[in-house]
Amino acid sequence: MKAFRNLVKPYLFWMGIFIVIPMLLIVLYAFTRQGNDVMTLTFTIDNFVKFFDPIFLRVLGKSLQIAFVTTLISIILGYPVAYYVANTKEKTQTLLILLITIPMWINMLVRTYSWISILSDNGFLNVILKAIGLTPVSLMYTDFAVTLGMVYNFMPFMILSIYTVLAKMDKALIAASYDLGANRLQTFLRIVLPLSIPGIIAGITLVFLPAVSTFVIPKFLGGGNYMLIGNLIENQFITVGEWNFGSAISLIMAMVIMASMILTRRLDKDVEDSDKGVNNGNGGVMYGR
Amino acid sequence: MRKLIQFKNVVKDFDGQLVLKGINLDIMENEFVTLLGPSGCGKTTLLRILGGFIEQSEGQVFFDDIEISKVPPYKREINTVFQRYALFPHMDVFDNIAFGLRIKKTSENIVKQKVTKMLKLVNLEGYENRAVTLLSGGQQQRVAIARALVNEPMVLLLDEPLGALDLKLRKEMQLELKKIQKEVGITFIYVTHDQEEALTMSDKIVVINEGEIQQIGTPTDIYNEPENRFVADFIGESNIIDGIMIDDYRVFFDGIEFECVDYGFEDNEEVDIVIRPEDLDIVPLEMGKLSGKVVSTLFKGVHFEIVVETPNRKFIVHTTDNSPIGTQVGLHFFKEDIHVMWKMGTY
Ligand SMILES: Nc1ncnc2c1ncn2[C@@H]1O[C@H](COP(=O)(O)OP(=O)(O)OP(=O)(O)O)[C@@H](O)[C@H]1O
Ligand SMILES: [Mg+2]
Repeated sequence: MKAFRNLVKPYLFWMGIFIVIPMLLIVLYAFTRQGNDVMTLTFTIDNFVKFFDPIFLRVLGKSLQIAFVTTLISIILGYPVAYYVANTKEKTQTLLILLITIPMWINMLVRTYSWISILSDNGFLNVILKAIGLTPVSLMYTDFAVTLGMVYNFMPFMILSIYTVLAKMDKALIAASYDLGANRLQTFLRIVLPLSIPGIIAGITLVFLPAVSTFVIPKFLGGGNYMLIGNLIENQFITVGEWNFGSAISLIMAMVIMASMILTRRLDKDVEDSDKGVNNGNGGVMYGR
Repeated sequence: MRKLIQFKNVVKDFDGQLVLKGINLDIMENEFVTLLGPSGCGKTTLLRILGGFIEQSEGQVFFDDIEISKVPPYKREINTVFQRYALFPHMDVFDNIAFGLRIKKTSENIVKQKVTKMLKLVNLEGYENRAVTLLSGGQQQRVAIARALVNEPMVLLLDEPLGALDLKLRKEMQLELKKIQKEVGITFIYVTHDQEEALTMSDKIVVINEGEIQQIGTPTDIYNEPENRFVADFIGESNIIDGIMIDDYRVFFDGIEFECVDYGFEDNEEVDIVIRPEDLDIVPLEMGKLSGKVVSTLFKGVHFEIVVETPNRKFIVHTTDNSPIGTQVGLHFFKEDIHVMWKMGTY
């Protein structure tokens, strides 16, 4: 036992070097003025005050908005997919899940880049549109393109998370519902959907968090002037070189993310309470099997 | 009485494995029918076909003279108490029981009345707002029974509904279920592998083994006149003996010819003979029809279970008088205690 416990030590060391120290550095940067060396630190909250400028706030608002829309679309499109997969034969399920996860094996940069060649003015889509005699559309560098990229990249997480709950659901519950006179729609609304809420909530966390902080997708599909909070931070560090302001934004971002996590947790908890103590936080309906 | 349900040559296979091998069965209105058989013999499968959750591979099922194979489960006037309860984990006791009524858009007033009445019936008053996941197995079972009964179906299917209860509660619920069935006047199709439960509750018992009906009859028929070795063995403890039917009313076993009440066999036909342990009596050596030595005795509460070893076999005897181990005793029985059966597979 004790020997096993020692196995955690390398990881603790790793965590200390590569997670805790950088985080402390970010906090340090965020609260200090630029240009000083380690010997002469001047503390300030200017970096935070600077952020409360309409320009930056709008960027934050836009990021939240796009992440929200992405999450919503992922639920609306992802749920039926998860439902369909969970109700096919076991072998088909494995295959379909594989198909859904395969794109994740490819680097996100490449996947996003490939959308450019589909959406751009002379891209794949417009070639087809022209070929069938329709007017080409300009899709690149729009909210649409960015949201599309995000849904494409993050929806698999939603599907997997809902699928896990649905696949584990006791089929006898559905039989019982039919038996008591409920038709398919009633059974879905009263039994399947409420029991799959933990999966949806887990999916929300998995989609919303990366969607709110990604900078690759808006950079490629939104174009150079397209600013989301992820790009803003990236800019501060790489282009402008304002590490202090960048760190402050990162911290603000972390707060926003934490707040939204607490909010979804609360939502999860409310659902669980109305389940009267059924612990399906891990999505399992561990019942009657 | 009118035939309510008819199974006609119902066959079911799962990926080529035959689970039901041609079931023919009529169930009358208001009848308490028990499907009795060992684990895996196809009882649940038969119920699931009737409930509409799976479809038979061959044959027909009639309900009120209408073929119902294509009718979805929610349109059948049948409710089920599932083997593993299948209570809705996200609803409390009240909402579980009220589910069927609410689907039928019953007014909340009446829902409350009916559910309350049911809770009383199954002895769960005061549990309305409990989470079903926090109930004991027995309580969950009673919720499942209430949830089905509250809909007042024409037929109630019960798949081993008392399996998780302790003996006392089990007996109580048996009486309760029987009373409910008489009162409400609905057809019960009851699955169990507990032969005692089947004998005490049923109007009709259907003994099934490996997807085939072995015997259909009243509890007394089944107990007293088992049709074959399997039934005799499965229903109660039995002494089963190989013998030869010499002639009508004359049977030969263990080297002796006995008078019996059975007839209609071929001369010198090989038969199975069953003598129930409670029909055997221990008597002084010289007064017995067979003789042997007591090799074990076990007190069973009301009677002793005594094993007597004769030159040919061991007989189980149930009697209220004990006999010490090692005694030489006689075994006595009357001619009507000998039940002669056809050999399995030859009828
Ligand atoms: N969906 C299924 N797929 C494959 N085989 C099945 C399926 N359902 C049942 N079986 C098989 O059919 C046989 C009969 O099963 P069934 O559930 O009807 O038995 P049972 O008589 O109810 O037994 P028990 O008393 O243990 O509940 C078993 O061998 C079982 O493995
Ligand atoms: Mg069963």
